[in-house]
Amino acid sequence: MPIFKLSINGKQYQPDVAEDTPLLWVLRDHLGLVGTKYGCGIAQCGACTVHVNGTAVRSCVLPVSAVKNSAVTTIEGLSANGDHPLQTAWDEVDVAQCGYCQAGQLMTAAALLKKNPHPSSEEINNAMQGNICRCGAYHRIHEAIKVASKKI
Amino acid sequence: MSTNTQNSRRDFLKISALTGGGLLLGFSWLETDAAIPVAITDLLAAEKKGFNSYLSIDTDGVITILSPNPELGQNIMTSFSMIIAEELEADWTKVKVIQAPLDTKSFDRQLTGGSGAIPHSWKRLRTAGATAKYMLVQAAANQWNVPASECTAKNGMVIHAQSGKKLSYGSLAVQAAAIEVPKNVPLKDRKDFTLIGKIVKNVANKSIVTGKPLFGLDFYREGMLYAMIQRPKAFGTKIKSVDSAAAKAMPGVVDVVVFKNNVAVVGKSTWEVNKARKLLVIEYENDGGTPESTSDHNAIFSNLLDNGNVTVKRKNGDVAAAFANAAKIIKSEYQGPFLSHSPMEPMNFFAHVRPDGVELVGPTQTPASARSATSKLLGIPEDKITLQITRLGGGFGRRLKFDYVVEAAELSSIVKAPIKLIWTREDDITGGSYRPAVKYRFEAAIDSSGNLTGYKCRGVGINSGSPTREDNFPSGAIDNLLIEAVEHKSAITTGAWRAPITNFLAFAEQAFLDEVATAMGKDPVQFRLDLLARAKSNPVGTIKYDIARMEGVIKLAAEKSGWGKKKGVSQGFSVYFSHASYVAQVCEVIMQAGKPVVKKIYAIADCGEVVNLGGARQQVMGGVVDGMGHAMYGKLSFKNGAAEQNNFNTYRLIRMKDVPEVEPHFVNNGIEPTGLGEPALPPTGGAVANAIFKATGKRLRNQPFIEDAIFKTT
Ligand code: FES
Ligand code: FES
Repeated sequence: MPIFKLSINGKQYQPDVAEDTPLLWVLRDHLGLVGTKYGCGIAQCGACTVHVNGTAVRSCVLPVSAVKNSAVTTIEGLSANGDHPLQTAWDEVDVAQCGYCQAGQLMTAAALLKKNPHPSSEEINNAMQGNICRCGAYHRIHEAIKVASKKI
Repeated sequence: MSTNTQNSRRDFLKISALTGGGLLLGFSWLETDAAIPVAITDLLAAEKKGFNSYLSIDTDGVITILSPNPELGQNIMTSFSMIIAEELEADWTKVKVIQAPLDTKSFDRQLTGGSGAIPHSWKRLRTAGATAKYMLVQAAANQWNVPASECTAKNGMVIHAQSGKKLSYGSLAVQAAAIEVPKNVPLKDRKDFTLIGKIVKNVANKSIVTGKPLFGLDFYREGMLYAMIQRPKAFGTKIKSVDSAAAKAMPGVVDVVVFKNNVAVVGKSTWEVNKARKLLVIEYENDGGTPESTSDHNAIFSNLLDNGNVTVKRKNGDVAAAFANAAKIIKSEYQGPFLSHSPMEPMNFFAHVRPDGVELVGPTQTPASARSATSKLLGIPEDKITLQITRLGGGFGRRLKFDYVVEAAELSSIVKAPIKLIWTREDDITGGSYRPAVKYRFEAAIDSSGNLTGYKCRGVGINSGSPTREDNFPSGAIDNLLIEAVEHKSAITTGAWRAPITNFLAFAEQAFLDEVATAMGKDPVQFRLDLLARAKSNPVGTIKYDIARMEGVIKLAAEKSGWGKKKGVSQGFSVYFSHASYVAQVCEVIMQAGKPVVKKIYAIADCGEVVNLGGARQQVMGGVVDGMGHAMYGKLSFKNGAAEQNNFNTYRLIRMKDVPEVEPHFVNNGIEPTGLGEPALPPTGGAVANAIFKATGKRLRNQPFIEDAIFKTT
């Protein structure tokens, strides 16, 4: 199997995996970065969202061979101390229920705020439409993004 | 001040030999009455007696609370701890909560389901906190040589106001452990609550937002193998032949084994296992009958409603006469499809069957049943099986079943290795345990003076158990009433789905009552209040709901929503009693581009004392979103025994844009807490359908609503 050189959260990794392995499973099974979640495997739920060169990507459908030299950021690397404005807003608004979808929600929201620090409600809805929360925490996810956007 | 007097001393322990010193209180959850402490001199003795559930106070003041019930987002770790901390007068910032493993000796009802944890544990948690507080206060009083009655406890400190002296719980922990344990401790008056009823944030927030490995799927053990199982794609079929040569030849595959109707692929990583599983060549054959399709079910429903061998669940008065003498009869049928639970974290479990015992780790709502089933299957005594409960990425009833736990254990015993069994989303949606498909026929008789004189409901479900709730409102308010049930047995497996049965029945009943109110020319809110007044003044048969509580939520819903007074929106009303709580909802719909759009839902809940206002709002808002999402979009259909939807591209869940504003309110009546994980869901479908009727004149009687012509572009 080929060895891939990956840059994840600023660290270098060299997993030895088949080239069609989705980044999601490389992160979870091979690198022990399990904050990124599996929910559907077909880019429908957003649980596996990571950043590739700053863009929100569904890692469940991204083969590791396509990552190449791109910089990957996962929930573990969103901030050094768990204090990204979205992470603190998530706590302030008390967003999570079961919490399983939240890493993906946060990563999608973080990519949105990077491009558009002060999104309208509609822009938030559009950006977040790909992320399912089965617990139905949508109101608080939406609110927390607004709270965070006021801090940046 | 309320005092608890019914305690026995034997099931509440004080253990002085806590490592590093400090006060450790164990309390058993076994007794139905709230527990009271007993002094025990060392931990060993405690273990011998089988008690080791505890709250402990370290000398540095950290309070550790073990939370026994599985956490799936109902926020039980936070609310259980709040209840203890309230009576303990703890400094909340020093409280640490840990998920307890399965421990049937120390805890009872260590499960999550039926919205029952808080009602069940309310008193014993309070007593645990109050007892510890009593001992800390006494320890301080002894030290200061003043009467305990002159001392107060607050925010983790004992205070003697007269002298201005103060001592922290941490510094008192060792001495407190030497205090004789009180028999009857007073509990706080609810007006003095400082934590209960407030918004307290989820204790797991930091771990969740930083992606910590909290969930079963995140569990990793050195040397473990990954496994997936190919189960029959169609219910009612079994394996005829298996050719696993291609799968076995794939890189990373360690073994392919066949057991029961399962073909399991075991390997070194999830992806390799998943890829290899696709190469299995399995032939299936019918297992007895013919696999069923949704089209068959429609015919079965009609036939059973007309000619089925029904069970009478409740009968009052002379129903035949009421209908024979009716001036007007209203008759409607309501139908709902199978639903998948699809919690975001798919089923998974870690199992390691060793010669000397079994280790199980993963997400389950029923750890005790999972362990006992594993014990039976493998012939290994329960005390040789440990079960560690991870955080659950949702449950919704799916993890009340432990099929996936037993599968993992069986597979580990076959391959003789630690394995983590993973279900893909496709496995989850096609794998059974569904909310049963159901159909209801309602009939109402109205006499020539415009009175509702007769009411019938006949329910049929596919593997539904009883599809009716015969003693619920409006039973007791109508002279002549008949509730009947019939079931069709199918190979398609079903299970409890959040608010079992009522998740659809409440919609059907509340929509039908709306039809009746309309036919009688009555306001839907007033109609229900009139029925309740009747049930109160002159009840028909037994009444098993609390009329005053139901009236309470109805009136508050009307008030908060400005019922009947709003311009520009169409309102629909609904109210339901389930899990000992009452929830009324008003839905507001507007028309946009010729289609109804749900803008807002008011949800008024009477769940007794609200423990954590933040968590309670989450449960109500999430319940409404869940109720609306599945009423609008949820559908699982079958063709020749196989589910026709298998992932979120075809099985539609509600998303952010589809969600209306939700405004929750609570009736603060101070009665002891009743359930809240489920009760907010059942009323939503009815409120939505009734509002849509108001807006469009169209009655929605089948779910999912989205399939109705009113949502199609014209
Ligand atoms: S797991 Fe990748 S989008 Fe669902
Ligand atoms: S918090 Fe449970 S799925 Fe979103």
